[in-house]
Amino acid sequence: MSAELRPDQAPGTPASATPPDPRPEPEAATGFRLAAGRFTRNRLAVAGLVVVVLFVLFCFVGPYLYHTDQVHTTLTQVNLSPSAKHLLGTDAVGHDELGRLMYGGKVSLLVGLAAGVLATVIGTVWGAAAGYAGGWVDAVMMRVVDAGIAIPALFILLVISAITTPGVFGLIVILGLVSWLVPSRLIRAETLTLKNRDYVLTLRAIGGSHTRAITRHVLPNSISTIVVAATFQVADAILLVAYVSYLGLGVQPPATDWGGMLSAGLTAAYSGRWWLILPPGLAVILVVCAFNAIGDGLRDAFDVRGRG
Amino acid sequence: MTAADRFAADSSAAAEQRMLELDDLGVTFTTETGEVNAVRGVSLHVRPGETLALVGESGSGKSTVAFAAMGLLPGNARATGRASIRGTDVVSAPESELAGLRGRTVSMVFQEPATALDPLTRIGAQIAEVIRNHRDLSAKEAAAEAVELLRRVGIPEPEQRATAFPFQLSGGQRQRVVIAMAIANSPSLLIADEPTTALDVSVQAEILDLLRGLTAEAGTGVLLVTHNMGVVADFADRVAVMLHGEIVETGSVEEVLLHPTHDYTKRLLAAVPRLAVAETDPAPVHTGAPAEAPAIGEPVVELRDISVRFGRGRNGVRALDGVSLSVRPGETVGLVGESGSGKSTAARVALGLIRPTSGSVSLFGSDLGRMRSRARRSLRSGIGVVLQDPVASLDARMSVAECIAEPLRVHRRAMSAQERRARVADVLERVRLPRTLANRAPRELSGGQRQRVSLARALVLEPRLLVADEPTSALDVSVQQSVLEVISELQAELGFACLFVSHDLAVVQQFAQRVVVMRAGRIEEQGPTASTLLYPETEYTRRLLAAVPMPDPVLQRQRREHRLAGQTMGGSEVPA
Repeated sequence: MSAELRPDQAPGTPASATPPDPRPEPEAATGFRLAAGRFTRNRLAVAGLVVVVLFVLFCFVGPYLYHTDQVHTTLTQVNLSPSAKHLLGTDAVGHDELGRLMYGGKVSLLVGLAAGVLATVIGTVWGAAAGYAGGWVDAVMMRVVDAGIAIPALFILLVISAITTPGVFGLIVILGLVSWLVPSRLIRAETLTLKNRDYVLTLRAIGGSHTRAITRHVLPNSISTIVVAATFQVADAILLVAYVSYLGLGVQPPATDWGGMLSAGLTAAYSGRWWLILPPGLAVILVVCAFNAIGDGLRDAFDVRGRG
Repeated sequence: MTAADRFAADSSAAAEQRMLELDDLGVTFTTETGEVNAVRGVSLHVRPGETLALVGESGSGKSTVAFAAMGLLPGNARATGRASIRGTDVVSAPESELAGLRGRTVSMVFQEPATALDPLTRIGAQIAEVIRNHRDLSAKEAAAEAVELLRRVGIPEPEQRATAFPFQLSGGQRQRVVIAMAIANSPSLLIADEPTTALDVSVQAEILDLLRGLTAEAGTGVLLVTHNMGVVADFADRVAVMLHGEIVETGSVEEVLLHPTHDYTKRLLAAVPRLAVAETDPAPVHTGAPAEAPAIGEPVVELRDISVRFGRGRNGVRALDGVSLSVRPGETVGLVGESGSGKSTAARVALGLIRPTSGSVSLFGSDLGRMRSRARRSLRSGIGVVLQDPVASLDARMSVAECIAEPLRVHRRAMSAQERRARVADVLERVRLPRTLANRAPRELSGGQRQRVSLARALVLEPRLLVADEPTSALDVSVQQSVLEVISELQAELGFACLFVSHDLAVVQQFAQRVVVMRAGRIEEQGPTASTLLYPETEYTRRLLAAVPMPDPVLQRQRREHRLAGQTMGGSEVPA
């Protein structure tokens, strides 16, 4: 189709001028860098990130700098007030409270992170499968999710933990199994739009498999939704661990977590031993708020839809 | 104070005579990646009863000028210079004064009628609201006036229609309602930003006729923002051409469209595909389409009596009804029709993306319905696909090379990474893109480059059939031309067949050997492009052709008069 001259065309018009594309688009910043820039400008999100990093250092590096015995009971040193030797005092069986905060925090953070990630993984697989399959498969899969959401997660959690006495690993699995529902809805919604993108249609038209469409296009493109969902899931999971352990159904002594510490310190609240209640309580609140702030920041930075 | 400013102050009497006067207008956007000077030193004016067309390609700043003239720039934009509407400077006036101006002295018609109307309010009430915003009328009087306005914009049975919701109207009717709202308070200036771009050509012609009548009647000045030279020729008195935020050429429509002086305007006009019509071109030499070697051999794809229904029962929609068409080796078949005619659905059936309700599809001689899915998939390696949207066609998370190599990963699993790289570099060269683009991300590319990457991906397996669904309709004309050139050159070289879906009759006329005209899910007529588009057999095709605006004001005036007189029955009856 060389530009043809028609009788009505102005004389002197160049017959075949192929002009360069008029817009050079000097857009060098990548999407990721833009998102990172937006995230760092969100002060609350950055503060959240700092808090989480500090708590991770505190719980995982702290014990190497501040040695305490969290296994044996030391009945000669129970219920001591904070002092130079025990910065946050000791509890009812003589464990150093600051050391215990690190020791319990390890469990809380680990279980929270692992359970949050597990929930997101299950939710992602379920949601992507439902959204991509569509039709009655989608309808059945999502009714399962609706039914699951109708039953309070805490109730299922309590029943299961009452039947079995879970260790750390068991707790992670149980928490993951009760909290994948909300992420699955988010990922399904994302998949519904992504599966009709032109690049997915093109792949299918030339004979590409569904597996390839999902793993190469749908999931990588929903990564921002997945990451945001995971962040909120971690916050929720940390809170859930605290609930369950507070009720005495979580990790069993001598292991503990922040919820367990709260539970153990409950009686102390009336006798003025604030150091057994405030530190684990504040730790839970700070970490959960921090994760939520990070999630909000990521959501705005990636420009994806919110939770549930 | 610039010299221009002082001049403007001196001639304030003349300014009274100008509905709109822009003087050294500049607009700067502050974005995350820095400052962007979208508009620089734009000066123009619109006199009463005059239509000034502001033309340019995407990114030229033409819409920004329109929004600046309304004082409707977004928060991150800063305007400099003067933009006065009947003497009021929009750039410096306070918001309260602008609110009194908008909808009364100046009003706007937007591109997309679906989003310009409130979906939850009845159209009569929406028009009445605009009236009562500016005039002290009772609800009843305003409602009566709204009905009268609906009658003026040609809505049938306006009394009943006033109670309709926007979704109950067609796209063209919605745009009529938007126009009714715009003229409700008899403004002196109408700003129309691509008012017909979202509409089919036949509806576009009706809307332009309506606007022409209304503005001539009331002596309204119009600032028409458009990229379509045909619309300019049909509607404008004067033209200003924008490039990179600046005006490069201004003049009467005849001067600019017939005797352009600036290089850019010349290039732009040369790139506009022109429909050859029998009235003015009695002995067309059809140089555009390659000499027709009669298409021989078994069809590469054949649709036989295809019907497609979406949904079930009473809510079902029949998208295709008894459609049969075939594409033979080496030929290009153009599939044309208005929106909703089923042309894209037919292409998707050919691609195997939509399963027909009845009828059969055969691809490269094998019946798709009777094959196992694995065999069907490997058969599909003979298809290349280019779709409309340059942004959605490429996965933003992959590099250009990964996008192009994807079909190889699907069908040539044994290929080594090195061979793949070589193959990608090879096809990049074929679509006339530099090899260095391979490692770039799609978002760093312009729309035209992205569509060429799509084309490279489509050709990487050396297909026997290319299915192109509106491959250039999201591109500017100059870019469209270069992409179409690449496709036809490669077709001559590689000999693939092509099913080319387009709403643009001029493009199809230049590009396809055979044409299939669709309407409401059925095939209206099909035949060789040369004869079918010059001497159509059906009234529908004739009307479709007559509605295409030509980028030549003199010719377009004749065509319009013929069309309005109902004389464009067939080319041969009205020789030039």
